[in-house]
Amino acid sequence: MNMPFYVAPEQVMKDRADYARKGIARGRALVAVRYDDGIALVAENPSNTLRKISEIYDRIAFAGVGKYNEFDQLRVAGVRAADLKGFQYSRDDVDARSLANNYAQILGQIFTHEMKPMEVEILVAEVGRAPADDQLFHILYDGTVVDERRYSVLGGDAEAIGGRMKETFADGQALPAAVQEATRALSGAERTLLATDLEVAVLSRSGGRRCFRRLSDETVAAALAG
Amino acid sequence: MHGEMVVPHATTCVALRFADGVVMAGDRRATSGNLISHRGMEKVVQADLHSGVAIAGAAGPAMEMIKLFQLQLEHYEKVEGSALSLEGKANQLSMMVRGNLPAAMQGMVVVPIFAGYDLRRGTGRLFTYDVTGGRYEEHDFVATGSGMLHAGTVIKIGWRDSLDRAAAVALACRGLWEAADADSATGGPDVLRGIYPVVATITHDGWSRLGDAELVTAFDSIASEVRSR
Repeated sequence: MNMPFYVAPEQVMKDRADYARKGIARGRALVAVRYDDGIALVAENPSNTLRKISEIYDRIAFAGVGKYNEFDQLRVAGVRAADLKGFQYSRDDVDARSLANNYAQILGQIFTHEMKPMEVEILVAEVGRAPADDQLFHILYDGTVVDERRYSVLGGDAEAIGGRMKETFADGQALPAAVQEATRALSGAERTLLATDLEVAVLSRSGGRRCFRRLSDETVAAALAG
Repeated sequence: MHGEMVVPHATTCVALRFADGVVMAGDRRATSGNLISHRGMEKVVQADLHSGVAIAGAAGPAMEMIKLFQLQLEHYEKVEGSALSLEGKANQLSMMVRGNLPAAMQGMVVVPIFAGYDLRRGTGRLFTYDVTGGRYEEHDFVATGSGMLHAGTVIKIGWRDSLDRAAAVALACRGLWEAADADSATGGPDVLRGIYPVVATITHDGWSRLGDAELVTAFDSIASEVRSR
């Protein structure tokens, strides 16, 4: 009988984390930022059809970076869980926190028990009825959940982008200013990102029941110009 | 009838096509046998941005059906990233009505009207159903419920191709008025309590429910016309 080589659990975990991190770093980044009427999500995504940002429920949005098929699978699972809960109980009972916990369970389970971890980082954002209730849950490939207050950066080069966000972020900005800020943070000083390179959506507090709304290229271009 | 369960029933709803889309309207009364069980029921409900459902029949199963229907449309839209075609929505509702057949055999009949704006064809469309899930597209107008004969006749006489919004709303209100006048299960405008029928338009820009102020004007003009005869 063949005995497998002994590999220290520390090494296994480290290898998996490196693998996941490498996969995520290959993709383009995404920034979520709070503004005066809700939360703006800005992703670098030249595709007009394959989305990184989408609607989960009335006040909840999902964003993912990394491997498309993997975060899309998580997105659909989230929509299903939210719709089911809202139908079974009430629309008011669907919240980002429990959804983020669900995601953390799934990602954590896969990270420790499967051969290959998911090469994704996801964000669950919820716009509150009052600005103080806005929530951003940033979930990593291993199931780590980070509860962020003002903005959140996902994906490759997150540290540099986060640094730029930290310098410029101000509470209560208007939407165009917030989109501009997020775009500058994503691009850095050397590059310029155009509206067509971006996918932008908002969770707008004043948006009625379904707060999620995508911004057209024209709207984004106007915001970037202003 | 001996031993029959008396559950709340929803009554008259109409829908008609006009130049920019469709108008849907329904009275607010629910009846249990000879009693009025609810005065403020809303039988004309938005299904999604570009469609609506109106129901007549057993109120409980009908409301449940609408709730599930709304959920399915929204779920599809979120998962697929784009809304179902109007035809697809109509077929989905057809399957749900068919699923209710066993309950319908026991008296819990649910017969909806489905109406919406077809973005692909650029026109308003109307669908009516039978208890077995049979789906029938109507071209001009449709009426359902206990007052359907009266309301339907009024609309049949007044309907013209490409009515404008105001004329279409007035015609729908007139249909409900005459149904309420002749059918005891259909409620008229309840001036005392300020409860007016639900009237909504669905156009390219989506669903829009009329405010009470506009309905007060519409029904006032019908009342004064009737008075002046």
